[in-house]
Amino acid sequence: MQWETVIGLELHAQLATNTKIFSGASTAYGASANTQACAIDLGMPGMLPVLNERAVQYAIRLGLALDAEVAGRSVFARKNYFYPDLPKGYQISQYEIPVVGRGHLDIDLDDGSRKRIGVTRAHLEEDAGKSLHEGFTAMSGIDLNRAGTPLLEIVSEPDLRSAAEAVAYMKKMHALVRYLGICDGNMQEGSFRCDANVSVRPVGQLEFGTRAELKNLNSFRFVERAIHYEVERQIAHIQEGGSVVQETRLFDADRGVTRSMRGKEEANDYRYFPDPDLLPLEISVEQIQAVREALPELPDAKRERFVSEYGLGDYDAAVLTSSRELADYFEAVVARSPDAKLAANWVMGEFSAALNKAGLEISQSPVDADALAGLLLRIADETISGKIAKEVFEAMWQGQGDADRVIADQGLEQVKDTGAIEAMVDEAIAANPQQLEQYRAGKTKLMGFFVGQVMKASGGKANPQQVNDILKARLDGE
Amino acid sequence: MSVDKDDVGQMAHLARLAVGDEERADHAHNLSNILAFVERLSAVDTAGVEPMAHPLEMTQRLRPDEVSEIDQRDRFQALAPLTQDGHYLVPRVIE
Repeated sequence: MQWETVIGLELHAQLATNTKIFSGASTAYGASANTQACAIDLGMPGMLPVLNERAVQYAIRLGLALDAEVAGRSVFARKNYFYPDLPKGYQISQYEIPVVGRGHLDIDLDDGSRKRIGVTRAHLEEDAGKSLHEGFTAMSGIDLNRAGTPLLEIVSEPDLRSAAEAVAYMKKMHALVRYLGICDGNMQEGSFRCDANVSVRPVGQLEFGTRAELKNLNSFRFVERAIHYEVERQIAHIQEGGSVVQETRLFDADRGVTRSMRGKEEANDYRYFPDPDLLPLEISVEQIQAVREALPELPDAKRERFVSEYGLGDYDAAVLTSSRELADYFEAVVARSPDAKLAANWVMGEFSAALNKAGLEISQSPVDADALAGLLLRIADETISGKIAKEVFEAMWQGQGDADRVIADQGLEQVKDTGAIEAMVDEAIAANPQQLEQYRAGKTKLMGFFVGQVMKASGGKANPQQVNDILKARLDGE
Repeated sequence: MSVDKDDVGQMAHLARLAVGDEERADHAHNLSNILAFVERLSAVDTAGVEPMAHPLEMTQRLRPDEVSEIDQRDRFQALAPLTQDGHYLVPRVIE
């Protein structure tokens, strides 16, 4: 039987605000335990939540970017459950009326086609604290610094049909929230998290199969692996005559499997009700308009512009706009060194490779956009060849100065003096009489051998075009 | 709508309340009466009336995104039964 996979994702984006969603405590990451948990975050009696203005603006930004309806009026609700990292015994969330309604996000598939993925809703809520199980004897330690950090939970429609589509959607949303500047997207620190609802059904069947909710998917790779595993598990289970149970399953990255979290299920009766401590959130048309006017250029628009404005191919434009930082870097390079294709090749090639190798972010790069542009200008004006440029780049990366300084210090400037090149060519021919004879007997492939000899003799610095021309003339006996 | 003993047991569990078996029938009876009383509201025609989330005719005030809280961990932790290295301690929980 042929099976179809059906996936919906719930993404949690931590909003990059300075303070909590309902209190004035800092949200800075990495502070000493509980030093950023105030009376409101701790759920002390008598404390009242007051909503963070910026969290609301960020929600509106996302709503506009997803072409979604931003609710003029939305309501906060209490989601009730007991867990030690949730001091109030409820999480403040939104239930019946979320701030962001139905929208969509287009993803690009490997075959070059686009697919529109529906976004059901996005709502504001507070994060919980953290439970730590190591380092405490027979006890768990609770750190409530994260409690009350603003989250946007972004819920997709079950429109995704494979692990690859799920990852493409997640990456696109990840890039979008960073473009919008509403979330730093740091997955190691848990700023961007994913739960996946996964089910299978025979191809052609209209009803959805029973789904499992996968948790603990804190990297793109984990999402892909967990979904692959879960799909195989469900199909095998059904084919053996079993039926899928609706449950939460935890991904175990070490073993590459998903495991049932039995026991937590019976508690999934959250008894939502409107939070009496919070009044309805009203957002005016003017507020929405103000946010709309301040929206940055979005990834899809930027990508189209890179194609039309710089004449780049679609692939290059997609890679360069995959993050706002990379796109900005590229544009800064082109602003000074206008050969866009050359800039694209270097930014996506040497530069990205060097960053990856060093494990650095663009903002930490030892070679800034201005410095890279300086190097590319020397390629464009033929001071150095592309090959030598890689050496110069390496030296710049090591902090040996800008391109002109490295070229001067190491004497890397291209040799363009015809007399000097002629001398090297003559020398190479004189040193290899056998090859010369073979060449003249018709083995013209040996041209490459002679070019190699001359380039070697020049330390790679001879202008390749001149070497070719002079060599050809000499070999052909002129 | 009425509530039976099992419903009371379930609600008590969700609220982490210890309600003994003998009390459950009593609670079920009382809660059913309350629900029956509230049920009378459904006789009112509410077509076209927007559900009310809050009784006050007011909307949420917003707060600027500026840090206004200082670290008072020591004072808060003085109230806690057990702490260690800045953490609140609770009986071990493992997912």
